[in-house]
Amino acid sequence: MRVSRVAAIVIRQVYLLRGSPVRLLPMIAWVAIDIVLWGFITRYLNSVASPGFNFVPAILGAVLLWDFLARVMQGVTTSFFEDVWSRNFLNLFATPLRVSEYLAGLVITGVGTSLLGLAAMLILATLAFGLSFLAYGAAIVPFVMVLFLSGIAQGILGAAIVLRFGPASEWLIWPIPSVISPFVGVFYPLATLPRWMQVVAHGLAPTYVFEGMRSIVAGKGAPADQLAIALCLSLAYLVLACLTFAGVYRYALRTGLIARYSAETVG
Amino acid sequence: MIPAPAQDSTVQEPVLSVQGLRKTFGAMVAVDEVSFEVLPGEIVGLVGPNGAGKTTIISMILGVLEPSAGSVTIAGLDVARRRSEALGHTNFAAAHAPLPGNLTVEQNLRVFGMIYEVAGLSARIEALLAEFDLHRLRGAKCGLLSSGEQSRVTLAKAMLNRPRLLLLDEPTAAIDPSTARDMRARIRDFAARDLGGVLWTSHNMYEVAEVCHRVLFLARGRVLLQGEPGQLIRDHGAATLEDLFVSVAHEDLTAGAGGQA
Repeated sequence: MRVSRVAAIVIRQVYLLRGSPVRLLPMIAWVAIDIVLWGFITRYLNSVASPGFNFVPAILGAVLLWDFLARVMQGVTTSFFEDVWSRNFLNLFATPLRVSEYLAGLVITGVGTSLLGLAAMLILATLAFGLSFLAYGAAIVPFVMVLFLSGIAQGILGAAIVLRFGPASEWLIWPIPSVISPFVGVFYPLATLPRWMQVVAHGLAPTYVFEGMRSIVAGKGAPADQLAIALCLSLAYLVLACLTFAGVYRYALRTGLIARYSAETVG
Repeated sequence: MIPAPAQDSTVQEPVLSVQGLRKTFGAMVAVDEVSFEVLPGEIVGLVGPNGAGKTTIISMILGVLEPSAGSVTIAGLDVARRRSEALGHTNFAAAHAPLPGNLTVEQNLRVFGMIYEVAGLSARIEALLAEFDLHRLRGAKCGLLSSGEQSRVTLAKAMLNRPRLLLLDEPTAAIDPSTARDMRARIRDFAARDLGGVLWTSHNMYEVAEVCHRVLFLARGRVLLQGEPGQLIRDHGAATLEDLFVSVAHEDLTAGAGGQA
């Protein structure tokens, strides 16, 4: 893997952000709106619920972490879409650029843009609603890492879907976080779900993060075994997503998809 | 009369070697057993009617389309096995592949210069901006440039890594005669000065006759004729290369005819 080529993919996105600062707005604005909305909801719940339970770390913390995962995914896929929208695949892939270098560039870009959103959310949630991630202790770091890896895996999978089925398949990938969210129990314990949903949930890494977070908030500490499962699952999904993208790329080379990737839909 | 490639071609390694190239899409044969070479300093025209397989061949050379059979070697490197290294020796410009319109001229050159790992990139960009008269446009977004200006930027990008093989897919298709003439002069200069090999597809037979040392006539995925443009015209009793093109496009010439090499 050559650093210069990875950096080229990243710097392209930096140029786009610099040339059009309005692109920064969605990275910050939507997550800020979510934090404000859920901040007031948690404040209201705290006022009507029985004393002793704090909804801020349980609900607002969950919103923040879930938004972070979604932003990581969107950071990766949006960078990919820049090449879709500008019909740049032929220019990029008819060069020495390797798929691994291209994906690394997308991931670094996604990480950078999602960290911007995370910073905005943290500042707002802390200053306006008193959320303190110190309450979660050191366990927050691996939990965030799991969400990070899960978001990257979803982003790469989304890019593979669009590469395979064409730009019109965009509508298939944006709802991925929303489709997953009921299963992973962002706002409620896993036991709330019917049995079949619990089975699905056990196969999703973020489930263990949100169960773990609730365990910490309830004063039961961070479950190391669940964290280990979550890390293994997220790494496995990341590898699978990369393999899927590589497989779709090979398919695209066989069929000429990259050479003629400009139509609205690709059969 | 087009000057011949600068060196004795009998002792040169080809910058491009295409052997037995074949591409099928289901039952449809797009390219069928195509073989040819491009030598350093040589400009080879790839011509043929729409759907003849020109862009399919270019795509396979550029590694964005996998051949069903056959091989492509660039500067001695097999594209199938050493894709990244092989493509480091080539570059391309195509009318149907403009550079991202939301980046400026300079930004595009920098991004692609980094992908090609061009040494001394800033100096190289400055040299190309000067050579292609793009200094005043360096900060302009490519999407806002005229067709002629975009063509110059695309060609400047194609020269970034001083390629040993330059692939041009209808590079003058959307530009005015003056700009096209300028572009042809630059390509001839590239071949003569830098001894780069050029594979050029075009529907403009005047252009092909003016620029190319050798022409490959393609129809239904096969090379039907190849040779020096003037010689081909004489051998087939055509008045112009365009007349010969029309004949080839409508007749199933035998593989051994005339200038077949």
